[in-house]
Amino acid sequence: MKLPPVEYEAPTTVADAIDLLAEHLDEASVLAGGQSLIPLLALRLARPAVLIDINGIDELSGVSAADGWVAIGAMTREYMAEESEVIAGAVPLLAAALPFIGHEAIRNRGTIGGSLAHADPAAELPAVARALDAEFVVRGPSGERVIPAAQWFEGYLTTSRRPDELLVEVRFPAAGPGTGVSFQEVARRHGDFAIVGLAVSLALSGGVISDARLALAGVSYVPVRAAAAEDLLVGEKPSAELFDEAARRATDDIDPPADLHGSSDYRKTVAATVVRRGLRAAMDNAARGSN
Amino acid sequence: MAVTPPGITLRVNGATRTGSPEARKTLADFLRDDLDLTGTHVGCEHGVCGACTVIVDGRAVRSCLMLAVQAAGHDVTTIEGLAPDGGLGTLQQAMWDSHSFQCGFCTPGFVMQATALLTDHPDAGEEQIREALSGNICRCTGYQSIIDGVLLAAERNRER
Repeated sequence: MKLPPVEYEAPTTVADAIDLLAEHLDEASVLAGGQSLIPLLALRLARPAVLIDINGIDELSGVSAADGWVAIGAMTREYMAEESEVIAGAVPLLAAALPFIGHEAIRNRGTIGGSLAHADPAAELPAVARALDAEFVVRGPSGERVIPAAQWFEGYLTTSRRPDELLVEVRFPAAGPGTGVSFQEVARRHGDFAIVGLAVSLALSGGVISDARLALAGVSYVPVRAAAAEDLLVGEKPSAELFDEAARRATDDIDPPADLHGSSDYRKTVAATVVRRGLRAAMDNAARGSN
Repeated sequence: MAVTPPGITLRVNGATRTGSPEARKTLADFLRDDLDLTGTHVGCEHGVCGACTVIVDGRAVRSCLMLAVQAAGHDVTTIEGLAPDGGLGTLQQAMWDSHSFQCGFCTPGFVMQATALLTDHPDAGEEQIREALSGNICRCTGYQSIIDGVLLAAERNRER
């Protein structure tokens, strides 16, 4: 369908964007890459009175590394992140997840901040942010707040960003030595919405798992950390039996939504499978890195 | 600002064009309705089918997922801009020779997406081609003939 009539603002600074957000609050939608918002408009699932287009705000785009963190401007397009050597080197889990997002033409417009602010629980970047404990920097009329990923995702397509705040930057911790990562996804067709996705990062020290981070996509209204599986894994030597048990614990407490792509039980079974696959792949990845 | 922002100026197929689209008008509809460039096809209108793919600043994008006003100051290439002399380019000829398409609805989207691929990777292999075209839907061919056409174009690029 054609988009409904809507007012349009195109600020060129963050300060102007915040002024506009403060003026229009819930009546406004922030337009970044538009790869989720424009379909929502076309399908009448979103009906903002005003679009605040932030594509003209140059300061929101870019990738930089400092003090063990990689900061990504909210308007950084997904293809730019895919091509970033800083991200490939320091945030390998993000680099592994990016090619799973939609298709090339989508990643040419879609942005890191847009996907994370849209907060689709089946999407790739929310799972990565949750697994790595990314930090969300939002700016509003009263200044800046830094929100940890655990508090960012509040519900289906809902974040803790206030209506007068703009997501300006997302920070990911740089991976330490001995880290192995994997992004796994089961979808009807590569590039389609995931039935279940998994972001996993393991750190190995002296043959023992010293850090384990797993976040599942598509199994709830928010991306879900598999804390029980992480607790099991840390301090253990990797083995097939251990990974089987981790898959069981990761999926014990989840109650995935059912839709035409899969029942709740099917998603649960697939989730256990991707956890096993992901742990094996992350181990292999860590082994390659240490050679 | 209102529902109709101030007019825009952009480059389309090498020429400077102007217009005053409503904010809600997609680039696809602007190209078709305002500039009469109806080679860009509109299928699903929500970013799923790839039929409306055009090239903006050298990168393939879905023109139904971009507002016309967002194209202000940018460089757009549509299917009409690929072979300005009225003939066929290497890719188009290879797709013709491979009987790549049937009904033709998806054709401009596939050709633009494949053009973007071959511009960056003139001798792309099958896996790369399949990945690049994975976001475009064709309901006639079963895709093999389309892949064959792009492979033939890549082969001809190598022979040059």
